[in-house]
Amino acid sequence: MALAAAPASAQAVKIGFITTLSGPQGIIGEHMKNSVELALDHLGRKIGGLDVEVIYGDDQVKPDVGKQLADEMLKKHKVHFVSGIIWSNVMLAVAPTVTGAGTFMIGTNAGPHELAGKMCHELFFTTSWQNDQTPEAMGKYMQDQNITDVYAMAPNYAAGKDMVSGFKRYFKNKIVGEVYTQLGQQDYQAEISQLRAANPKAVFVFYPGGMGIQFLKQYAQAGLRNQIPLYSVYTVDEISLPAVKEAALGQFETRYWSPDLKNEANQKFVTEYRKKYGKMPVFYGAQSYDGIMLIDSAVRAVKGDLTNKKGMIAAMRQVDYKSTRGPYKYNVNHFPIENFYLLKAVQDPGGELVMQIQRTVFEGHKDSYAGECPMKW
Amino acid sequence: MSISLALVLEQTLNGLQYGVMLFLMAAGLTLVFGIMNLVNLAHGSLYMVGAYLATAFTERTGSFVLGVALALPATLLVGVVVEVVALRTLYERDHLDQVLATFGLILFFNELIAIIWGRAAIFTSVPQFLSGHFRVLPGLPYPTYRAVIILVGVAVAILLWVLVTHTRLGMRIRAGASNRTMIAALGVDIRLLYTLVFGLGAALAGLAGAMAGPLYSVQPGMGEAILIQVFVVIVIGGIGSIRGAIVGAIVVGMADTLGRAFLKPMLATVISPPAADKAGSALASMSIYLLMAAVLFFRPEGLFPARSRS
Amino acid sequence: MAISRRTIALATGGVALALVPPIAALTNQPFYVDLFRRMMIFAIAAVSLDLILGYGGMVSFGHAAYLGIGAYAVGIPAFHGVESGWLQWGLAIAASALAALVIGAISLRTSGVSFIMITLAFAQMLYYLGISLETYGGDNGMRLAGRSRFGGLVDLREPTVFYYVVLAILILFLGLGSRLVASRFGMVVRAAKSNEPRARAIGFSPLRYKLTAFVMAGSGGGLAGALLANQTEYLTPDFMHWTRSGEIMFMVILGGMGTLFGPVIGAVVLLLLEDVLSALTAHWQIILGPILILVVLFAKRGLFGLLVGPEARDG
Repeated sequence: MALAAAPASAQAVKIGFITTLSGPQGIIGEHMKNSVELALDHLGRKIGGLDVEVIYGDDQVKPDVGKQLADEMLKKHKVHFVSGIIWSNVMLAVAPTVTGAGTFMIGTNAGPHELAGKMCHELFFTTSWQNDQTPEAMGKYMQDQNITDVYAMAPNYAAGKDMVSGFKRYFKNKIVGEVYTQLGQQDYQAEISQLRAANPKAVFVFYPGGMGIQFLKQYAQAGLRNQIPLYSVYTVDEISLPAVKEAALGQFETRYWSPDLKNEANQKFVTEYRKKYGKMPVFYGAQSYDGIMLIDSAVRAVKGDLTNKKGMIAAMRQVDYKSTRGPYKYNVNHFPIENFYLLKAVQDPGGELVMQIQRTVFEGHKDSYAGECPMKW
Repeated sequence: MSISLALVLEQTLNGLQYGVMLFLMAAGLTLVFGIMNLVNLAHGSLYMVGAYLATAFTERTGSFVLGVALALPATLLVGVVVEVVALRTLYERDHLDQVLATFGLILFFNELIAIIWGRAAIFTSVPQFLSGHFRVLPGLPYPTYRAVIILVGVAVAILLWVLVTHTRLGMRIRAGASNRTMIAALGVDIRLLYTLVFGLGAALAGLAGAMAGPLYSVQPGMGEAILIQVFVVIVIGGIGSIRGAIVGAIVVGMADTLGRAFLKPMLATVISPPAADKAGSALASMSIYLLMAAVLFFRPEGLFPARSRS
Repeated sequence: MAISRRTIALATGGVALALVPPIAALTNQPFYVDLFRRMMIFAIAAVSLDLILGYGGMVSFGHAAYLGIGAYAVGIPAFHGVESGWLQWGLAIAASALAALVIGAISLRTSGVSFIMITLAFAQMLYYLGISLETYGGDNGMRLAGRSRFGGLVDLREPTVFYYVVLAILILFLGLGSRLVASRFGMVVRAAKSNEPRARAIGFSPLRYKLTAFVMAGSGGGLAGALLANQTEYLTPDFMHWTRSGEIMFMVILGGMGTLFGPVIGAVVLLLLEDVLSALTAHWQIILGPILILVVLFAKRGLFGLLVGPEARDG
């Protein structure tokens, strides 16, 4: 039954966006929300030509609150898409609920390996990465550089262990120490003393949030900054750089994205973000921006017919939008196959500290769990 | 990895420095608790305020020393305001009410700081002239800044001791700790005394925050992380006593640092390394709580309680 | 026969809760069944805390530990394929009772702030233990394989059925609790709260009574934990964090300490407030903080006290 090309009804697209808006981690959610709003601005406040309503939810870093929010968005607001989610444990609680109810879950940060492997689902897409991929890239870089005698440190929780195991998947040289510190620990002087006694040639760490700021400052303070090179993942980013400044100078990180990536979509995103919000965007934001763009591309492809889920799935798989990371493809498990770069913290001409891409470590890197995903397409 | 004497000495110094940091916080808290019988969870918020104010003043004046010096009276003032406005009614209440009300203050302060300075951590750094090391022993470089913290802590401990034992105010504080109705009957202005003591406690917390700022992440909620440990310190040391705060702080600081450093290698000599790793991590996190449980089991009032009655 | 305000309040509350599913069905808002169910589960936890907090004066900051134990008592068997609700919930109650026995035996030797700290310490230790259980997800937690099964008796996968099961448990709890506090046992616990030396002088050993009350409260928390695991279909060690204990305590205070029914109101109001406020602003904690302070300072008998007046406390 063919009709005119106009959308079937003047229905609005409803998107539920779950992130952390309060508490110490609220800064991440702030960046994500800002990026969502910026994306909507760039789309003229329309998704696929339809009006859009975004309902934000604050998960307070709690999986049960996240699930309650998801329930509310699905049953009360009857959203067509649920998006966002920073934390792996919240994602593991929410994603199956959303996909189980026949709704799209467009993750824009958390990438737990369960969802990349056995629990993959056709309604789940992510615009970020699988947690292990970023440390895998660092492991490969350090292996290729023939660095040996590495001391690894991370907080003692699931993500910390994942980071180190991801690192070890590609780094095969000698590891002289593997230390897991308490989650939320503030003072690392004891560990730094141990580290110095072990005499490593390089240090690999994963310290997100406040822990990273603390560790970096104290590492620099202990005089190790210029003695033992420091490599990290998710430790130095655009949120923490203003807080540590010179203590991070020369730091190496690996990431799939950087503000200085040269492509049209990214340059527009970064410039406009800085203009509108007065600060440098961070990767959480880039992922959320892409998430909205991905949803837009799908709705556009089915000409606003939100009941045509198969059509939207097919459209998303085509990645028919301009991502801030440049072109990429989706793997069978709906996780991106993308490049990973080596970044270094340098001083820009204005004296500010920024992350700059040094080289590409992986081109078109696939995650290590896709083989476990039963989906085929 | 071999454990050398130098490493043990270094870790002992680390434990001492950490203990000193805890002492600065614990001293104020235990005084307030001991004199006014007030459980003040918002003590951590005063620590946070001290850190933020010191950072702001350092930026304005360009001098770290001046920044810290200004932050002290400023935090004292904030403390006094909080005491007069919100805490006065709590003195008569039971501990549960105090815990809950001051918990509400924590929420309030965290958001207030987030509204004024934003949620992201702000930039702090160790001042140039303090950022080097010096050789405690050959092969044992120690960060100058951390050594300064130890010195400051020792100085504060001595000052507090002099204050409490050799001044009029100190005498009133000690009297108030053992029997507050009596000194009220003797004509001492209890209200003023309480406000002064609270202000002193706030200044101490502010000092701890100001000194911790360059080392730690200065962001909303930074007080809560250290608050539990400080409570453990005063429970172990005995409520209301400065001596207890000193001993408790050193004990907790040492236990925590040495536990983190040496539990795993020590365990690895008896059980397999991967198991030692897991057990070591778990034990290290629990170490101060186990220590507290052990102390309370044998001496429920703590090691040096200020009062003879509970 | 004069009907007291209290009876009216209780009856209204019970009827209102019972009517939620049909009203939700009529207005096509099934979400509210889930929401109120979550509130009732926390109400059960709060009521069990009130037993020791309100009546026994035991300020336990470790009550959330039992929620965690109860949740894992459902999650771990389910992980290994054991889905029997009888077994899981029975394990939840037994395990938390045992934990409460051990924790209580050590903690009740102290009092005041030391008691608060030591209960907090135990909760934290259990939390760190939960984080180290890598097979069961560590700090990520784990998904519940499936809701507890009760043979042909009830199917918890039906939202409304699950709702009424929780409501029934809540009512049962309140009934048992009322009987308990009015009984001789309850009298001793309350006497010990107000004047322990005198209770001892009369010949009771308060420690044994307090410990028994502590164990009962713990079991109640464990059952609430089992229900919570079924509700969220996800469990994490975070359930045991001391800040969760604080939240439950807040519910008890807000609703009215020592009233048994007050905590139910407290749970409903607090969770509603959180839901509503967090939708309004990211800075909702700056509103909630002062509310907490004001309640503590001025509304000692809590909301239930405000509703019902001096009859709030029985006896």
